Amino acid sequence: MPIDATFPRILPCGDAAATVEFGDTIDADLNVRVLALDLDLEASPIEGVIETVPTYRSLLLHYDVRRTGFCDLKCQLLTKLEQRSVSIGKPLRTWRIPVVYGGDFGMDLPAVAERHGIAPDEVVARHTAADYRVAMLGFTPGFCYLSGLDPSIATPRRNNPRQNTPAGTISIGGAQAAVQCLASPSGWHLLGRTPVRSFHPKREPVFLIKPGDAVTFFPIEASDWDRLDRAAAGGEPVAELMPR
Amino acid sequence: MTRLTVVSTGPITSVQDAGRIGAQRYGLPPSGAMDRLAMATANVLVANPHATPAIEIGPLPAVFRIDGGQVRIALAGAPRRIEVNNLEIEPNRSALVGDGETITIGFARGGIFSYLGLAGGIKGEPVFGSFSVTAGTGVGSPIARTLQAEDTIELVGTMAGSDLRIDPIASTSDIIRVITGPQAEEFGENLQRFLASEWQVSSASNRMGYRLKGPPIRHSKGHNIVSDGTVNGSIQIPGDGQPIVLMPDRGTTGGYPKIATVITADLGTLAQMPAGRTFRFEAIGIEEAQHLSRAYLNAIDSLPDRLIATSSLNANLNALHDANLAGMAINALDTQTWQASSPGTPDKSP
Repeated sequence: MPIDATFPRILPCGDAAATVEFGDTIDADLNVRVLALDLDLEASPIEGVIETVPTYRSLLLHYDVRRTGFCDLKCQLLTKLEQRSVSIGKPLRTWRIPVVYGGDFGMDLPAVAERHGIAPDEVVARHTAADYRVAMLGFTPGFCYLSGLDPSIATPRRNNPRQNTPAGTISIGGAQAAVQCLASPSGWHLLGRTPVRSFHPKREPVFLIKPGDAVTFFPIEASDWDRLDRAAAGGEPVAELMPR
Repeated sequence: MTRLTVVSTGPITSVQDAGRIGAQRYGLPPSGAMDRLAMATANVLVANPHATPAIEIGPLPAVFRIDGGQVRIALAGAPRRIEVNNLEIEPNRSALVGDGETITIGFARGGIFSYLGLAGGIKGEPVFGSFSVTAGTGVGSPIARTLQAEDTIELVGTMAGSDLRIDPIASTSDIIRVITGPQAEEFGENLQRFLASEWQVSSASNRMGYRLKGPPIRHSKGHNIVSDGTVNGSIQIPGDGQPIVLMPDRGTTGGYPKIATVITADLGTLAQMPAGRTFRFEAIGIEEAQHLSRAYLNAIDSLPDRLIATSSLNANLNALHDANLAGMAINALDTQTWQASSPGTPDKSP
């Protein structure tokens, strides 16, 4: 990738937040740099930084303006960026997420298959073969944007988004993949549903899947849905954590 | 056990405090009071810490009833009529509400949100350190949605203390200050057009974002960016060129370019802007904005200094009245600079 001297750059977002931009595209390498800085700040915090929000290509920092200021913060960030080698190593956690594919659970599976000239089972095979990384969460609570989708099944977003897609939707849009938690509008293609709640306000932890986690999917039968859905609603993770 | 029951209320009444910290990275916005200064004022009047959970009330009327005990309450924020047990009480003061008595709150005039502070606060279970409600997500305590008739909230219920009044900090203005960016360069000359234009808050506004009406603002480069993080006060320009100012229930990430960001000290002023009132944006530098932000936060911390015990108020009413007529306000706070003006100095008029 050519070096763009514009980046990284640090800009104010109002008077109580700053963004560190590593680029302006969706790119797994850019995201790794975002996550690396985020991990660095977790390990050696900068005084006054209250909260960080990693996104595809930038890290947003919220800070307490009575404990620091934009200029001080920018200096300290530049120092960190110069010192750090960019690596986040193996993901801390890898989740295996059960999915019921197709039928009523994934109404776009046949259309995606047809578009690529392959069988629906092959779409499922390619979707489940990949190792994904959670690049960020956003849009709604627990909505995970994943990098790592097999390019051979990347599919441009729908021209007409749907006003309502089900809770737990597993979808793809362009070159991105997602784990959706709450029902919401979506312009992506619905491949299946997971009973896993990445967000559950009454559970500890409230959020299960975090930026930087690795994710893989595996198929389950529709007949397993009710049992797993009830378990997840009751607060069980249902997703499996892989041993390191 | 003292409790508050909702007898009737409009659709955007909910429990709010200063909002959550630490959950934006998971897609959950911080929520919290739309006007932090007003919430703090209501809390300080009932001797609560200023970020104690309170009831945020929208512009429509509301009626609440207290049962199982007495509680001291106070309302602050948008000007409106308030009655306790059907007797009107003056604004900017606390009052004791007896067992079985009602609190009747009228239409907001010249503002949008008011805050009902309840001495001792509310019983509930915090999520990420906060009771704040984010409607539609099931997050918030003790009731994880907007309030409706027959909802009941358990109160900690403190009657201790006395009726207090406060000299409030007025925070209405027709100028909303911003820091440009982070995507200001996408707009070229249209940035100046944005800053020179007159804007109004449209009725299609809510706690997620305020949609503004005014001249369309065009992008030089197209209306999508790779989604990045948003903050309270981010001003997005979507494809139709009509700005959206993001508010505490906002999406935490967004794909529209952000032309500017409202400064912390002016977020509450904008939140209280009635639909149809014209205002402008003014760009200021980061140093000035941070100075104002610190002064704003310090002013909230110093609100207890502005309390007046009701017994001493009556004796000084005439003196205060004369001083205000002469244009010298005692203990005035200039909300353009958040600095106190000393007695004898003419008050700066907006």
